[in-house]
Amino acid sequence: MSEMIALAENRLLRPGGLAASDLDRVFSRLMSPAVDSADLYFEHSRSESWMLEDGLVKEGSHSIEQGVGIRAQSGEKTGFAYSDDIVMPALLEAAGSARAIAREGAAGSGKALAVTSARALYPALDPIDSMSSEAKVRLLNEIDAYARSLDSRVREVIVSISATVDTLLVAASDGTLAADVRPLVRFNVQVIAEQNGRRESGGCGGGGRYDLVELLKDDRARRIAREAVRSALVNLDAVDAPAGNMTVVLGPGWPGVLLHEAIGHGFEGDFNRKGTSAFSGSMGQRVAARGVTIVDDGTLAGRRGSLSVDDEGTPSQCTVLVEDGIMKGLIQDKFNARLMGMKATGNGRRESFAHLPMPRMTNTYMLAGQHEPDEILRSVKRGLYAVNFGGGQVDITNGKFVFSASEAYLIEDGKITRPVKGATLIGAGSEVLKQVSMIGNDLKLDEGVGVCGKDGQSVPVGVGQPTLRIDNLTVGGTAA
Amino acid sequence: MNQAITNSDDSMTELDRLSELTSDVLRRCKAKGASEVDLGFGVDVGLNVSVRLGKVESIEHNRDRGLSLTVFFGKRKGSASTADLNPDSIEKTIEHACAIARHTEADPCNGLADADLLAHDFPDLDLWHPWQIDIEAATNLALRCEAAGREHDPRISNSEGATVQIGSSLGVGATSHGFFSRERDTRHMVSVALLAEDEAGMQRDYWYETVRCADDFPDVAVIGRKAAERTVARLAARKLSTRQCPVLFSAPVARSLLGSFISAVSGGVLYRKASFLVDHIGKPVFPSFVNIIERPRLARGLASANFDSEGVATRDSDLVRDGHLSRYVLGSYSARKLGLTSTGNAGGVHNVLVSHGELDFAGMLKRMGTGLLVTELMGQGVSLLTGDYSRGASGFWVENGEIVHAVDEVTIAGNLRDMYANIVDIGSDVDRRSHLLTGSILLERMTIAGS
Repeated sequence: MSEMIALAENRLLRPGGLAASDLDRVFSRLMSPAVDSADLYFEHSRSESWMLEDGLVKEGSHSIEQGVGIRAQSGEKTGFAYSDDIVMPALLEAAGSARAIAREGAAGSGKALAVTSARALYPALDPIDSMSSEAKVRLLNEIDAYARSLDSRVREVIVSISATVDTLLVAASDGTLAADVRPLVRFNVQVIAEQNGRRESGGCGGGGRYDLVELLKDDRARRIAREAVRSALVNLDAVDAPAGNMTVVLGPGWPGVLLHEAIGHGFEGDFNRKGTSAFSGSMGQRVAARGVTIVDDGTLAGRRGSLSVDDEGTPSQCTVLVEDGIMKGLIQDKFNARLMGMKATGNGRRESFAHLPMPRMTNTYMLAGQHEPDEILRSVKRGLYAVNFGGGQVDITNGKFVFSASEAYLIEDGKITRPVKGATLIGAGSEVLKQVSMIGNDLKLDEGVGVCGKDGQSVPVGVGQPTLRIDNLTVGGTAA
Repeated sequence: MNQAITNSDDSMTELDRLSELTSDVLRRCKAKGASEVDLGFGVDVGLNVSVRLGKVESIEHNRDRGLSLTVFFGKRKGSASTADLNPDSIEKTIEHACAIARHTEADPCNGLADADLLAHDFPDLDLWHPWQIDIEAATNLALRCEAAGREHDPRISNSEGATVQIGSSLGVGATSHGFFSRERDTRHMVSVALLAEDEAGMQRDYWYETVRCADDFPDVAVIGRKAAERTVARLAARKLSTRQCPVLFSAPVARSLLGSFISAVSGGVLYRKASFLVDHIGKPVFPSFVNIIERPRLARGLASANFDSEGVATRDSDLVRDGHLSRYVLGSYSARKLGLTSTGNAGGVHNVLVSHGELDFAGMLKRMGTGLLVTELMGQGVSLLTGDYSRGASGFWVENGEIVHAVDEVTIAGNLRDMYANIVDIGSDVDRRSHLLTGSILLERMTIAGS
């Protein structure tokens, strides 16, 4: 970890003539008897992306973001200011603005900084440079040709590759000193296929916290292209989706977005502290059927949602949210954990230095059960089998959530029959998991494409689940 | 801590500084061999004060700066941006944009906007109204807003708080073929979200107002009371059984129908043939009583601008005339791909106004008679490619023009093509809090999926 600190100090502090040992001065400006806690978050982020369309790599872009966010907290109050200039006068000015939240009081100081120890879940590398620009352009062209070669009905192909590296250093008045270098890469293929004048789209992507070489190994780019083409072709034959209540079987992996919406957000500490979540006060009570165990796990090596330390310097962990159907834990940052008398769970996350941290999910998934996926499908007389989804959304307070299927099939007499058009599925978070009657033995995590939005802040996340049978869910199609 | 938040005095000095930087970056890109350059510097300064349950919750000072840069080497393009304006980051941004342009492939449609379309006159659109308010006064406004809501109805049980946001933006833009702009504007917002509870559970709702000039705010207590009324109205919501029936989109959610239409006639999805409205110029999309016009230069308009993001001059222009599509929404690139001319919409539409009939909201309810009033939509189930539409909804069941009970946990589904063609009426209850201005919209029928 001290190596990581040195690396981050070098990239973030040294250019402005600063070192971690100079941060005492900022804390003495920031702290007062009325300030319970304060932190400084230094960040440098760099991203690059390339996009092919119409057979041409016509777009490329690069972006840099750098700055420091300073937060002071007094009871339930938070003062926050930031600067894109990492030099002492700017730090002191931002500290002055942040501490204005606690008006009175003399200057104080934070605890002596001590380095947080955490295991590294991904290499501290800059993935942008792990592949030359020529090779990126060549790859996009190759995949374009490959996707078009798969089927003559493919009309449009969009291929993109992107890489980001985020370097951060956190120093807090509780003595926390932590740093992290987070690579993040992603490859995406989107196609439009046409048949008898009807056009449908399909897409697939994947990525994680590693370099581009790792991303592309085992011919993953071609696999992603094949999957994108396959899903577009399936949709060419899709009929209108049914409307109404029915049994729904969700495929493994990305359909775990259900858990993210139906359970995850409602288990975040801020909503529970304020009593605004449909799950507020349900700790220890049944929120799901027996056999349902759901965790939020930031510790999976190389996963998109993983964090060696969170944005408050707390090492990530695997938190059990639901165990055998009973609500067991919350997703916490330091602030809400302190106010609720609980422990931080390594879920304090922020989009950037210019945003305040909040309790956010990392990788949220359901553990495997005992049923063969085939057995689950065979058990359904008439229902919907949904294997891929677009986004979802939840109303935290009443627990109603939606998520939109992008690939789904009718189940008739235990068999998958026709593909149906994407339909929105809607339910209540506190009810839907009580309707789970069979859990597959095929737990799968998603391919690494999730983005979670909350209060206008986006962060990368992961989801996963085994095949699930849900006895009663409302499907929003148009067919009677 | 009574410092003034938005200091109008130094905005001109800051614009001067950004102008110098702009000329400097332009020069340096040319020196690196770029044949064409388009760049913009922006500075956004703001303050957000949030209160909850009668106490200050957070005070956030914002100051975001940025440079975004596009260079062309012939017909090859490279883009780069930085959110910090340190000389080192600016230099790297120039280098990266140029390096990328050396690797991208030539596209004949690339390049700056046509020179004869550029804006040269910059009338004052009345967008600069710094709000001279200190933190304490902003806090008091937020407190008064929340308190008015909480006191309005005994069923209000909790609050997510009220927020006062004060913001100002400065921007300088330039191109290598002679466009140069200096603009400043302000935008402020007051919002509040409340919870109500009964034996059936909790409901949350909110209200907000957003303006260019703080004088245009209603009394903040009105905002609080409106949020309270909306929240308690949602209590005791029920599902509906699956059915087909008329649907009235209240004005704030009707905006999303207009938004989907704008997206479906925008350049990007058209040249990719990824819109159900491809090749629809001159064809009917809406009933003949519907007219939609873009008016980019409205005084104090929320999306008013004299030029688009490429410097092309904006002007009033029909989008829909007597129900027929008059034009697309294009920037230079998509216009060239389609063999058309830019409509001054690089970066999106400005203020868009939908014509409406005589009926106010109550009149629209009566016109519907029996059906579903939708006041909230959830999820992203709209396909611009096919027009297929399936979203989560909540609102109210209406019989004989009167609200009977709240509804939630249903979906509404149809196809945008039919939905647009089967608009029955548009209300005079225009929601003015957005650049997409429409009243409530009544549709003949949709499929409701429920219990």
